Amino acid sequence: MKILVCIKQVPDMASRFKVNGEGTWYDETDLAFRMNEYDEYAVEQAVQLKEQQGNTPDITVLSIGPDRVVEAIKKALAMGCDRGVHIQDNASFRKDPWQIASAIAGFSRDKNFDLIFFGMQSQDRGSGQVGTIVAELLGIPCATTVVGFAFVDGVITAKRELEGGMKAVVKLKLPALITCQLGLNTPRYPTLPNIMKAKKKELLAFPIAEFLKEKELTATASAYPPEKKGKGVVLEGDVNDMVGKLVGILKEKTKVVK
Amino acid sequence: MKALLICEYREGKLLDSSYELAAFADKLGAEKAMVLIGNEAAAPRVSAKVYLADAAKYGEYNPDLHKKIVLEAVKRENPDAIVFLHSSYGWDLAPRVAAALKVGQISEITSIKEAKFEVGICNAKLRRIVTPQTEKTVLTIQSGAFSFPGEPQGKPQIEKIELTDAVSPLEFVGYEPPQKKEVDLAKAEVIVSAGRGVGKKENVATIAALAKALGGELGASRPVVDAGWVEHSRQVGTTGQIVAPKLYVACGISGAIQHVAGMKKSEFVVAINKDKDAPIGEVADVLVVADVMQFVPALTAKLQK
Ligand SMILES: Cc1cc2nc3c(=O)[nH]c(=O)nc-3n(C[C@H](O)[C@H](O)[C@H](O)COP(=O)(O)OP(=O)(O)OC[C@H]3O[C@@H](n4cnc5c(N)ncnc54)[C@H](O)[C@@H]3O)c2cc1C
Ligand SMILES: Nc1ncnc2c1ncn2[C@@H]1O[C@H](COP(=O)(O)O)[C@@H](O)[C@H]1O
Repeated sequence: MKILVCIKQVPDMASRFKVNGEGTWYDETDLAFRMNEYDEYAVEQAVQLKEQQGNTPDITVLSIGPDRVVEAIKKALAMGCDRGVHIQDNASFRKDPWQIASAIAGFSRDKNFDLIFFGMQSQDRGSGQVGTIVAELLGIPCATTVVGFAFVDGVITAKRELEGGMKAVVKLKLPALITCQLGLNTPRYPTLPNIMKAKKKELLAFPIAEFLKEKELTATASAYPPEKKGKGVVLEGDVNDMVGKLVGILKEKTKVVK
Repeated sequence: MKALLICEYREGKLLDSSYELAAFADKLGAEKAMVLIGNEAAAPRVSAKVYLADAAKYGEYNPDLHKKIVLEAVKRENPDAIVFLHSSYGWDLAPRVAAALKVGQISEITSIKEAKFEVGICNAKLRRIVTPQTEKTVLTIQSGAFSFPGEPQGKPQIEKIELTDAVSPLEFVGYEPPQKKEVDLAKAEVIVSAGRGVGKKENVATIAALAKALGGELGASRPVVDAGWVEHSRQVGTTGQIVAPKLYVACGISGAIQHVAGMKKSEFVVAINKDKDAPIGEVADVLVVADVMQFVPALTAKLQK
C-alpha cells in the first residue's frame, strides 16, 4: 500500500501578526512556524495504519513552501513517515488553493497512491479546499472532516463530524482521500531515537514549476488587521489589582456576584 | 448578478441555516435561485425558483451525486455565484463543484465590503479581501455571519432535477447521534471554561474551583476535550453545546469562531488570556491580560472571602 500525507507549515496562532510589504498576507519576520495542527492528525493516522498493516505500507510526506517547511517534513519523518518530498516555492503564500491542489495532483498523478491524507484546513488560510480539490483532480472518492477511521478488507469506514457532535458514517474503497479533523487520534511526539533515524530518511526536493501549470482562480486584493471593536474593558498589570477591579465590575454588571 | 443557493437538509428537515444563504444573497443584491436535495414539503419559504432533487433517491449526504445535481442546476440557471454555508455539508461539497467547473472558490466569507468578500486568516487576527479571477465563483459563507430577518414566508417555484446516472463510489451508511450529555450546560447561569492555555490536565481543577466559587459549571474548548482532560458534554462550540449563561468566563481560550459561535449569546463575557490580541477579546466585556494560572486562583480566593 502506498500512502501520501500532505502537510503545511503554519505560524503559531498565538503570535502577533503584521501585514506584509505587498499588503496581501502576514509578514513572516519573527514568527515561529510549526506543522499545521490538523495535519498532525493526518500524519498520525497514516502511521497508525502502517503499523496496523504489519509495517508494509510506504508513506510519503509532502509539503509545498520555502526551505523552512523542511522542519515540518522532518517532524513527520520522525513520527514515522518513510520519505519526504519538498516542493520548493518561496512564494507559496501567493498561490491559491486551486494552484496548491494542482501542484499536489501533478506530483501524485503517476504515483498510484492508494490512500491520501490531508488536514481538513490550514490554520492560517483555512480555506478547507486543497484536499477535496486534489481528490476531484485525481478522480478518487473523498471523505472530509473525519473523526473516526477504520480500514478493514480494503474498505474504509470513516466518521465525518457534523454540527452539534453528530456524525455521518461513510464507506469508501481505495484509492481514496481523507481530510482529518481535530480529535481523530492522539498525534505522537517524536522520540529522540526516531528523530535520529529520521535524519537518514530520503528527502527529495523539486521546484514547484515541475508540477504546477495552472493560473490562480482567486486573488487577494488586500489584507489588514480587524477594526478594534472597543466594546470591552481591558485589564492589565498587577494580578491583585486586576482581581479587585474584575470583582467590582462583576458586582456592578452581573447579578451573579454579590 | 444571480446567486444559486445550496440549501441544507438533514434527517428529513430543511436546516434553518439555509435562510442565511438568502440573507447573504439579499445583502449582495443578487437574484436568487435555490437547490434543495430533500423533499417538496421541506422546500424553503423563499420566493425563488427551487431546484428540487429527491433525497430518498440521492441520499441526504452523498457528495458525488449532490455535485452532479448542483452542476445540473448551474447548467439550467447559469448563475454568477454558487453559494454554500461553510458547514460540514458546504465545505465538503463546494470545492467539488468549484473543481468540476474550474472556477475559484472563496471560503468562509464573514462580510461583504463594498461588493467584495472579506474572509479571516490566522484565527481572524487578520482579514483579507479575496477577489475571484473567474466569471463564475463558488462562495461559502460563515455560519451565523448573515442572519435572516424575521419569518420567511415566500413561495418557492419548484423545478425537479433527476439524474440518469446515480452511481457513487461513496456509501452513506447513516448518522451516529452525539454522545449522551452528562451535564446540560444550557441550564447553567455561570460557565467557566478551560482552554488549551491552562497548560495541563492537572490545572483543570483550578478552573473547576473558580466555577464552583461562582456557583456555575465547568466548560471547555475543544482541544481540552480532545486531549481527554474534560468530558465531551462540557465542550462549548459548534460541535459541542451552544450556551447563553449570565456569565461566561473563558480561561486560556483564543476565541476561534467555532468556539465563539457556542457562547457569543452569553450576557456577560470575561476572558483571561496572556495574549492581548486574542480574538476572544472581540466578544469579551472584560479581557484580563494575565497568566491564567496566576490570575484564576487569586480570583477564586477573593470570591471565597
Ligand atoms: C469544524 C470545526 C469545529 C470545531 N468545533 C469546536 C467547538 O465546538 N468548540 C471549540 O472550542 N473549538 C472547536 N473547534 C476548534 C477551534 O477552531 C479551535 O481550534 C479551538 O477552539 C481552540 O481552543 P483553545 O482556544 O482552547 O486553544 P488555542 O487556540 O490554542 O488557544 C489557547 C489560548 O490560550 C492562551 N494562553 C496560553 N497560555 C496561557 C496562559 N498561561 N495564560 C493565559 N492564556 C494563555 C493563548 O494566548 C491562546 O489564546 C472546531 C474546529 C473546526 C474546524
Ligand atoms: N503548502 C501546502 N503544502 C502541502 N499541503 C498543503 C499545503 N497547503 C495546504 N495543504 C493541505 O491542505 C489542507 C487544507 O488546506 P487549506 O485548503 O489551505 O485549508 C491542509 O490541512 C494540508 O493538508
